[in-house]
Amino acid sequence: MDTLYSIFVEPFRQIAEAPLFFFEVLIGGLAAGVMYALVALGFVLIFKASGVFNFAQGAMVLFAALFFVGFIDLGLPIWLSLIITVMVMVALAFAIERVVLRPLVNQAPIILFMATIGITFFLDGFGQTIWGSDVRRLDIGIPEDPIFIGDMLLNSFDLFAAAVCGVLVAGLALFFQYTPTGRALRAVADDHQAALTVGIPLNVIWTIVWTVAGLVGLVAGVLWGAKLGVQFNLALIALKALPVLILGGFTSVPGAIVGGLIIGGGEKVAEVYWGPVIGGAIEDWFAYMLAMVFLLFRPEGLFGEKIIERV
Amino acid sequence: MIYRETGQFRTSYAADQAIFPIRQDRIGIAVILLIAFVVIPATASQYWLETIMLPFLIYGLAAVGLNLLTGYAGQLSLGTGGFMATGAFAAYKLATAFPELHIVVVLLLAGLITAGVGILFGLPSLRIKGFYLAVATLAAQFFLLWLYNRVPWFTNYSASGVISAPPRAIFGEVYVTGFEAKPLAKYFFVLSAVALLALLAKNMVRLKIGRAWMAIRDMDIAAEIIGIRPLTTKLSAFAISSFYCGIAGALWAFAYTGSVEALAFDINVSFRVLFMIIIGGLGSILGSFLGAGFIVLLPIFLNNALLSLGLAEAVALASHIEFMIMGALIIFFLIVEPHGLNRLWQIGKEKLRRWPFPY
Repeated sequence: MDTLYSIFVEPFRQIAEAPLFFFEVLIGGLAAGVMYALVALGFVLIFKASGVFNFAQGAMVLFAALFFVGFIDLGLPIWLSLIITVMVMVALAFAIERVVLRPLVNQAPIILFMATIGITFFLDGFGQTIWGSDVRRLDIGIPEDPIFIGDMLLNSFDLFAAAVCGVLVAGLALFFQYTPTGRALRAVADDHQAALTVGIPLNVIWTIVWTVAGLVGLVAGVLWGAKLGVQFNLALIALKALPVLILGGFTSVPGAIVGGLIIGGGEKVAEVYWGPVIGGAIEDWFAYMLAMVFLLFRPEGLFGEKIIERV
Repeated sequence: MIYRETGQFRTSYAADQAIFPIRQDRIGIAVILLIAFVVIPATASQYWLETIMLPFLIYGLAAVGLNLLTGYAGQLSLGTGGFMATGAFAAYKLATAFPELHIVVVLLLAGLITAGVGILFGLPSLRIKGFYLAVATLAAQFFLLWLYNRVPWFTNYSASGVISAPPRAIFGEVYVTGFEAKPLAKYFFVLSAVALLALLAKNMVRLKIGRAWMAIRDMDIAAEIIGIRPLTTKLSAFAISSFYCGIAGALWAFAYTGSVEALAFDINVSFRVLFMIIIGGLGSILGSFLGAGFIVLLPIFLNNALLSLGLAEAVALASHIEFMIMGALIIFFLIVEPHGLNRLWQIGKEKLRRWPFPY
């Protein structure tokens, strides 16, 4: 009876008593969700364009952040390190397309998935072989002062991250909507064969998509790195992006954002209000459970394409 | 020339349906079993038995389990580590709560409990397919590990969260778990279990149930139309796969490491086992063991190679380089032979049929 009370009544009583605190928790969670969404965005771009479930997105986040912070630590100015890192990510996209994807064209999705896990291992090892495995501080002047909106205490870093994410998504949307390359990307995402028929080179498109995913990874890596320090743990954030993905649908950019917000807000609120009742640290699995239960009702995610199967 | 079935006539249905209808295969299996049961115990050092053969056999068993689910029934799962942990902790609770229970019974019951858990987490597979399902099985992985890590009941309230296998004997005096267990006894115990379960799996995939799995894998809607129930077929695949993984986990905790904490079965274990079945070959029992051998031996080999290159003092660096080479090799293998080591073996057999003649 006590347990039931503490699960079904007590948290809501606390929320009703201190709504301000609830909103602070929620907004903190939403901010984390925005960052998850950034990682998930990279997944979505690649899955849409090539049907590859890119497990290496997390490793790419870590890889980009390691190179960026590494160059800064070498004494280069921020803008120069940024340019070099962007070039590294472009080179990486070329290499992945040439060395991994092209020979594996037409293989089963699970084989490509495995190949991206191979890429994950390689990138994790490569980045850390070059830059070492110590935690590095990344300070690029993002303000971290607490600010008050009304009576609510918010972190300006979270707002900054949300703004960056918003700009990035808007930029991507414009890129997809109005540039010839963007149109070609959408065509490939719609139908590989038809795109090939009208003369869109698939290999080039894949390189572009992996580049864009790498750059999105770079942004995510810089933001996460500034928040937590650049370290191996960044690669594990990819695991948090997976429930975001299935919640939003593998093929939907808005889905990644909305999914990220739901997962981020949901897990923080659950951790704060329900965590103590059942033993704490439920953040590890709550997102997955939420996503799994959700999938039982909508197997293709919130915004995913309806799955139509024919014999 | 060497490997061909010419002149081997099958005169009864029983002979036609034998597991190994070709004489050379029977001889090959007999030789492998002879090596495993006689030659290795007679010649291998304690190091080989304990650090190479035991993990190889146990990983092989887990790989067979996952191969039944992913390779035969087509349900991609990343929850292997969670199911292995379930087996380990179930066996621990059973062995400590009922000390008089025979160790074999404990293992079987632990497997059954894991099968139940597997059915529970297999339920989403009725609605979800492909990568969505893979991510959903990650829920099993994270939730189960959290459960064994956080709820003290599972570790009998041990402060460190580590469970130690109690000593148990078979045939009266031969200890197979605990401190007194000899490596040789553990080896024979694990080997017998793995051999029996692998034989069972090999037979299972030739039965009605295995054929149903393969039909579901190839196209579930078509399978449903010809009268295969997706519910029972998918859930039975989850149950039997989890049974194997559970026993593998219990053997891991009891016979291999002796004491283990929940985090030993983290997500990397799931990936390792998945690597094994992909590199070994999806939908093949032999491939599971080939892949397990490859993945277990590769890090040891790489480690020794790096050590001999003089990287002994830079342990962190060596482990990073090891990671890198591992990743590169996996990609290389997938490109060269996406269907795994088992396919190489099949190609080899085809070649042996004609050799030394050109055709």
